[in-house]
Amino acid sequence: MTEIEQLSYDVIVIGAGGAGLRAAIEAREQGKKTAIISKSLFGKAHTVMAEGGCAASMGNVNDKDNWMVHFGDTMRGGKFLNNWRMAELHAKEAPDRVWELETYGAVFDRTPDGKISQRNFGGHTYPRLAHVGDRTGLELIRTLQQKIVSLQQEDFAATGDYEARIKVFAECTVTDLTKDGDRISGALAYWRESGRHLVFEAPAIILATGGIGKSFKVTSNSWEYTGDGHALALRAGASLINMEFIQFHPTGMVWPPSVKGILVTESVRGDGGVLTNSEGKRFMFDYIPDVFKAQYATTEEEADRWYTDADNNRRPPELLPRDEVARAINSEVKAGRGTPHGGVYLDVSSRLKAEVIIKKLPSMHHQFKELADVDITKEPMEVGPTCHYVMGGVEVDPDTGAASVDGLFAAGECSGGMHGSNRLGGNSLSDLLVFGRRAGAGAAAYVDSLGSQRPAISDDDVQVAARRSVAAFGDGGQEGSENPYTLHQELQQTMNDLVGIIRKEEEIQEALDKLEGLKARGEQVVVEGHRQFNPGWHLALDLRNMLLVSECVAKAAILRTESRGGHTRDDYPTMDAEWRHVLLVCTLNADGTIDVERQEQIPVRNDLLDLFESDELGKYFTTAELGGRI
Amino acid sequence: MGNQEHFRVWRGDDETGDFVDYDVEVNEGEVVLDIIHRIQATQAPDLAVRWNCKAGKCGSCSAEINGRPRLLCMTRMSTLPPGEPIVVTPMRTFPVIRDLVTDVSFNYEKAREVRAFVPPEGVAPGDYRMQQVDVERSQEFRKCIECFLCQDTCHVLRDHEENKPAFAGPRFLMRVAELDMHPLDAAAEQGLNRKEAAQDEHGLGFCNITKCCSEVCPEHIKITDNALIPLKERVVDLKFDPLIRRKKRARRA
Repeated sequence: MTEIEQLSYDVIVIGAGGAGLRAAIEAREQGKKTAIISKSLFGKAHTVMAEGGCAASMGNVNDKDNWMVHFGDTMRGGKFLNNWRMAELHAKEAPDRVWELETYGAVFDRTPDGKISQRNFGGHTYPRLAHVGDRTGLELIRTLQQKIVSLQQEDFAATGDYEARIKVFAECTVTDLTKDGDRISGALAYWRESGRHLVFEAPAIILATGGIGKSFKVTSNSWEYTGDGHALALRAGASLINMEFIQFHPTGMVWPPSVKGILVTESVRGDGGVLTNSEGKRFMFDYIPDVFKAQYATTEEEADRWYTDADNNRRPPELLPRDEVARAINSEVKAGRGTPHGGVYLDVSSRLKAEVIIKKLPSMHHQFKELADVDITKEPMEVGPTCHYVMGGVEVDPDTGAASVDGLFAAGECSGGMHGSNRLGGNSLSDLLVFGRRAGAGAAAYVDSLGSQRPAISDDDVQVAARRSVAAFGDGGQEGSENPYTLHQELQQTMNDLVGIIRKEEEIQEALDKLEGLKARGEQVVVEGHRQFNPGWHLALDLRNMLLVSECVAKAAILRTESRGGHTRDDYPTMDAEWRHVLLVCTLNADGTIDVERQEQIPVRNDLLDLFESDELGKYFTTAELGGRI
Repeated sequence: MGNQEHFRVWRGDDETGDFVDYDVEVNEGEVVLDIIHRIQATQAPDLAVRWNCKAGKCGSCSAEINGRPRLLCMTRMSTLPPGEPIVVTPMRTFPVIRDLVTDVSFNYEKAREVRAFVPPEGVAPGDYRMQQVDVERSQEFRKCIECFLCQDTCHVLRDHEENKPAFAGPRFLMRVAELDMHPLDAAAEQGLNRKEAAQDEHGLGFCNITKCCSEVCPEHIKITDNALIPLKERVVDLKFDPLIRRKKRARRA
């Protein structure tokens, strides 16, 4: 084996999206020498795809809003399966995290009195999402990117080296984490450009790698979303929770085929857009579940009045949480009331003036015009559900982001718990700011606690990991010659068809059987060419992660015999209070298979339960859990 | 189903390379990136292309299609002349890493040379107040997805390697303009004149407003009209306004 370049840091952040960058800023501001490792170029992360906004109860548009209302909405959205401590921290700290962005140079849309404007969104009681048109994610990533540049400028002034204390390793992939005993000791990575390996020795690693959507055929996610952090955590001995809960965003593009799945922002509905079927009916009124009957309008007249008088009218049902809307669209299409391309209509053209649409939804206007030849100011869009977000992820301590392995931390989409069984729109951008910062601080405190007792990286571990990462070039003793692209397509089709938006036992079992076959074939993948910027090789490595994570999703999904949020079972169509207090925890066995175990949730703190009416709690909790409350 | 199209894709690295021809199926509604991916999946698994979101939001898949700087994911096949070969090449202004992937690190270096936003002293987080009309200019420039197509097409960089050290290019002059127009940027209070910096450190004078950058911008930002020309005008005011000159002399004294 050739000599491998070795670097030493206090904190390594894997992933350069919102959570990763916010974590890195915190670690660096707490004096830790920090590296950010990203599969993509700096500033290209999936966070740029977030459109609608960042939820924070600043109360700029409706001053009745506060953290308690936000907390309640978040718990309701997640069907009370959420880690309540995370939901509490998130609701309390989100406003500070948004205001902080302005000090980094963010330029949000404004209210008439010059404050940050806030818009309505599904599941949020009040206008709550700080936004910049429909490109809020871009604003967030650019702001954090520019904050890192400003820290580098400070370091340059102090040391003459921009990268003295915080450095971005762009287009660099981590393939394995290493441990010294039970503690994290570092990571092996390779430059995508050259294929050359490099080793990071670091006592603390923060996973911020985002989601897993690329395991599904129809998805709003970019190629980067291959569950890398989830899989790295599993292989390092950490546990994942809630992997059965996958959010299918109700509105993805359905035509043309090549863009199927690309996101159509929820802001279209937040700003007045309505969903209709092929008979021209606003069908969402037929799909208001019992638990939400009190908050949603039952007539079109009331729903329309809400946009101008939210205090005296109930919300339009188009703004139900995403899981409800996605299932409703699915049912309409199945009942034969879909559009020619298998979706439903989302119409804003008959609801808002053309100039207002172009001002409020510029990216959507542009996207449909360029990709589908549709002018959304004149005609409706065709939309359908698309795999968008995984609620499940690394099991972490809410306050510090620490995983169950010493030295390992996680934040953002690749961590689990915060959103319960379903995430509200707008809660992702705020999640990654709140918990990105907390993970950065948690990692810094952990490094401090070590003193001089730092874990050391073992050369043997590095050599093993290095050999494993290049096995696909054919020196690993493969018999067959599987093409990674073919395997990936089969995986996506399997997950889409069998563990998708509506699930049943036989189908999930069929998926598990297929996954086993794919896993075996995955061992036989052979890639052509050399190591320099070789997409076939990159995919072969990503595939290993996707297969592992898909197994978690399917194994958890078959065990949870109820329907809740982002997990809908055709054979168990109702929500079961006995499942609310149970988490399914995935770990990796020595033989490479996934083990799933039941774990009791920590009971919700009393003062947080007091924020809800006992009638409402009775819909989610068991009588035993509520004790004297009902 | 689809019809066959003829693609000529540049393959190679910074030293050697050549065009390789591919006949490939094209279906209704597809974009050039779909076809590149099909070539990858069926004929050339090691064909290097940089891409992320495939929705025109991340600015990763910049290249040149029939000689024009474009995003591969936002160029629909139906907009290209039918029956003619489609030529796909990497961005010419930057060194090639492999095939369609270029080394864009020049841009990140230039980004680092633009002094960051300076928060106003004494204004607490949460107390920032700005009117929508006052932030709209900066917001237009912040739509930039950093695809670097404006940098690629700008002849000051494209045709003159020697200008690179002294010229930040349209993207980063626009960044200076964005900060200069930010209602709360406190650079001046710290003795930093962004207009002067644009001229003296970032090479604004090289720009002779041919508007090529604006033409290729996939976000349709009016880079020249709204960022570069106003910045040039402000520099002129600064250099030739007798009052400002007197103040400056007084400060130096």
